[in-house]
Amino acid sequence: MENETQSVVLVGVGGQGILLASEILAQAAMQAGYDVKTNEVHGMAQRGGSVMAQIRYGTKVYSPLVPKNSAQILAALEQVEALRFADYLAPGGLAAVSAQAITPVTVSSGTARYPDNVEEMLKVVFPRLVYFDAAQKAKEIGDIRAANIVLLGVVSRGLDLPPDAWQKAIALCVPEKFKDLNLKAFDVGRNFV
Amino acid sequence: MRYLMSGNEAIARGAYEAGVTVGTGYPGTPSTEILENLAKYRPKVYCEWSPNEKVAFEVAAGAALSGARAIVTMKHVGLNVAADPLMTLSYIGVEGGFVACVADDPGMHSSQNEQDTRNYARFAKIPLFEPADSQEAKDFLKMAIQVSEQFKTPVILRSTTRVSHSRSLVVHEERTVEGRVGFVKNPPRFVPIPVWGRPMRQRVEERLLHQKKLSESSPANRIEWRDRALGIITSSIAYHYAREVWPKASFLKLGFPFPFPDALIYEFASGVDSILVVEELDDFLEQHVRALGIRCQGREVVPGIMELSVDRLQAARAKLEGRAAPLEKPVAFSDKIPPRPPVLCPGCPHRGVFYALGKHDVVVTGDIGCYSLGAFKPLDRMDTILCMGAGISMAHGMQIAGEPRKVVGVVGDSTFFHSGITGLLDISYNMGTSTIVVLDNRTTAMTGHQDHPGTGRTLMGDATVAISIEDIGRACGFKRVFKADPYSLKNAMQVISDELAADEPSLIVFSAPCPLRERRRVGVVRKIQTDVCKGCKLCLGIGCPAIEGGGEMPKINEILCAGCGLCEQVCPTGAIVAGGRA
Repeated sequence: MENETQSVVLVGVGGQGILLASEILAQAAMQAGYDVKTNEVHGMAQRGGSVMAQIRYGTKVYSPLVPKNSAQILAALEQVEALRFADYLAPGGLAAVSAQAITPVTVSSGTARYPDNVEEMLKVVFPRLVYFDAAQKAKEIGDIRAANIVLLGVVSRGLDLPPDAWQKAIALCVPEKFKDLNLKAFDVGRNFV
Repeated sequence: MRYLMSGNEAIARGAYEAGVTVGTGYPGTPSTEILENLAKYRPKVYCEWSPNEKVAFEVAAGAALSGARAIVTMKHVGLNVAADPLMTLSYIGVEGGFVACVADDPGMHSSQNEQDTRNYARFAKIPLFEPADSQEAKDFLKMAIQVSEQFKTPVILRSTTRVSHSRSLVVHEERTVEGRVGFVKNPPRFVPIPVWGRPMRQRVEERLLHQKKLSESSPANRIEWRDRALGIITSSIAYHYAREVWPKASFLKLGFPFPFPDALIYEFASGVDSILVVEELDDFLEQHVRALGIRCQGREVVPGIMELSVDRLQAARAKLEGRAAPLEKPVAFSDKIPPRPPVLCPGCPHRGVFYALGKHDVVVTGDIGCYSLGAFKPLDRMDTILCMGAGISMAHGMQIAGEPRKVVGVVGDSTFFHSGITGLLDISYNMGTSTIVVLDNRTTAMTGHQDHPGTGRTLMGDATVAISIEDIGRACGFKRVFKADPYSLKNAMQVISDELAADEPSLIVFSAPCPLRERRRVGVVRKIQTDVCKGCKLCLGIGCPAIEGGGEMPKINEILCAGCGLCEQVCPTGAIVAGGRA
C-alpha cells in the first residue's frame, strides 16, 4: 500500500509561493483521480521562517505527513532549505533545487554563516539533482514571482500525472489574469529537464 | 463531487450543513480558519470575532439557549479562558446544538504549551468528538450538533494542528435548517442557584450514562478486524500514522471517545491477543483502558511529548517488538546549515519599539502575538511570556514585589482587548507605577490578520465603531496616556525615557498598521551608499530580514525592504538613504 503512495516535499522561505505550488500539485493529483492529502504549517512559522508543504497521493493515503526517507521528490525554492530537509527524500529520489540564496536573520546578525559552496554540498547530498535558477527563468518570461511554478514544472517531470491534469489544476488555482503566465512558467520548468 | 479541504474548512462546512446559524470565536492557531470559512456562508450564518474566548463562548451559549444552532472556535489555551462558562453550561445545558471546536497544537508549532483538550470533556462531563481527517471533521461536527440537541448538552470537537491544517477530500451535502429560535423561560433549567443547581448536578451524571450507550453504538467509533495478534486503540490523526506503521493490525478507532464506549472496548479487547494504545499527548484513552482492567501498552513505547508521526511510531513499533529503533540518519552538513527562525517582517512597526526599549535597563514582561518574536536576538527585548494579558498584570506584580528595575509591560492591540483591560484596572486601582506599552498594528496579525474591536470592521465585513485604546486607558484611571509613531525612533526613545521616569502608571500606544495587512510598503526602499558606509554593522542590530550582513558591508535587499527607514535612523554615518530600486 505504502509503496503506491507518491510523496512530494516542497520547501522554501515564507512568501516564496510554496503554498500555491502545493495547492496546484494537489489539484493535479485530484484531477488524475487519486486520493490526496497535503499538509503545511501556518502561524508563527510563516513569518520569514522555513516553509514546508507536503503532498501525498495514491489510491488510498493515510498520513498527510511524509515520513522521513520516503519522498519521491524534494523541491526547494531556496538552496539551503533543500539541505535542511534533505532527510525527507527517499534513497534515489529526485531533488529539484533553485539556486536562490536568501540570507536568514541569524546570518545577518552574525550568529551563523551562510555556506558559500552550497552547490557542491547539494551534489554530495543528492545523487539525482536538478540545480537551476528558477527565478531567472521566471524573470525571462516576465515575472520573477512565477519561480514557484517554474519549479513545479520541473517537479512534474518526476511524477506520473498527465499533462492535462496539470493544466486544469493551474487554471483552477491561479487568478484568470495570471493563468497564461503560469502555464508558460510551468512549461519552461517541464521542458527544462 | 469531492473537494480538497483543510480540516478547518471542513468543520466550517459541517457547521453550515448542520444548520448552524451563529458562529463565534477568537483567533488562535491552529483554529482560526474555522470561523473565517464559516463567515463565507453569510448571511445564512452570523459570525463574529469576540474580544476573547470567554465572551465568544458565552455569546454562542446565549444563541444556543434561545434555540439556535451555534459553534464557538478557539485554540486549546483559549478554552482555559472559556473554562468558566464551559463548566456550568454543562449543568444548565442548551436548546439548540452547541459545539465548542477546540484545536490543540501537539508539537507546539505556534503555542506556549501542549495541553490536551480531551481532559476538558471529562472534566466538564460532556461528549467529545475527535476527527482524524477532513471528511470526519465535517461529519463529526454534524454528529456533535445532533448529540448536543439530543442530550441538551454542550459538546467538544477536538482537532489538532495536523487535522486542522491538512487537506483531504470531502463530499459535500445539503444544508438542513430547523428554525425555532425563541427562548422559553424555565428557571429551574437555566438558573443554577443551589436549589436548582443540585438537581442539575444529578442530571449531568445520568446524562453521561445515556451518552455512553450512544458512543458504544456510534458510527464514529469502529472496529477494523484484521490480524488478531495485535489490536491498536487510537484516535485523531494518530490513527493514520498507525495504519501505515501497523498495516496488518486490528484497530479500534475512536472518533467519539468520551463518554468512553466501554462495551466496544471490551469487545475489541476480547478479540485480540494484545493491545497497544496510540494517542497524541496525554494517556487519556490508555488510563481508562487500564481502569477497565484490560492489559495494554501505551506510554511505555509511544511518546506522550510532542506530536506523533509515522517515523516516531516506527520507533515505537521497534521497541514493542524488542528490535533496535531504526537508525536516525543525521542531515548531512547539519552544522553548516544556518537556522532560519521566524522573524519580525521587514517594515514591522514593532521593531523600533523593541530597539528603543533595548536602550534601557528594564524588565519587559511580554505577551502573545507577533511581538513575541521580540524575544529573539538581536532585539532580545522581551523577558517573560505567560498568557494573553499577562504582559500587563505581571509587570505590576514585579513592581509591587520590589523589583529594583523599572518594569515595562508589552501587549498587542488584539491582546489588549482580549484580556489587557482588567490588568490596567488593577494597576490603576492599586496605585502601581508600571509603564505599559501597546504595540498597536491595527489587526490580529500573527494568526493572519483578523479584525478586533479596535479596527472598525466586523467579521461579517461591516463597518463599525473603532474603539480607542487610549480612551480605555483613561477610563481605567491612567492619567499619562500617549499615542506615538513607532516609525520615529527619536520620538519612541523620548516617550519611553519620559514615562520610565514618571512616578505613576503610563500607557504608551505605538500605533501603525501592519504593512503585511496593508499590502504596501511603509515608505521608499532604502539603499546603503557603499562609499559612505564604514561597515560598523549597527544597522544589523535591528534584526531586519531585508538587511543582509554576511559580507564586509551590509546590503539592503530591495525586494524585501518595506521602506520603514528604521535602519536609516540607526545608521551613525548617514550611509543609508532613500532611493533603492523597486
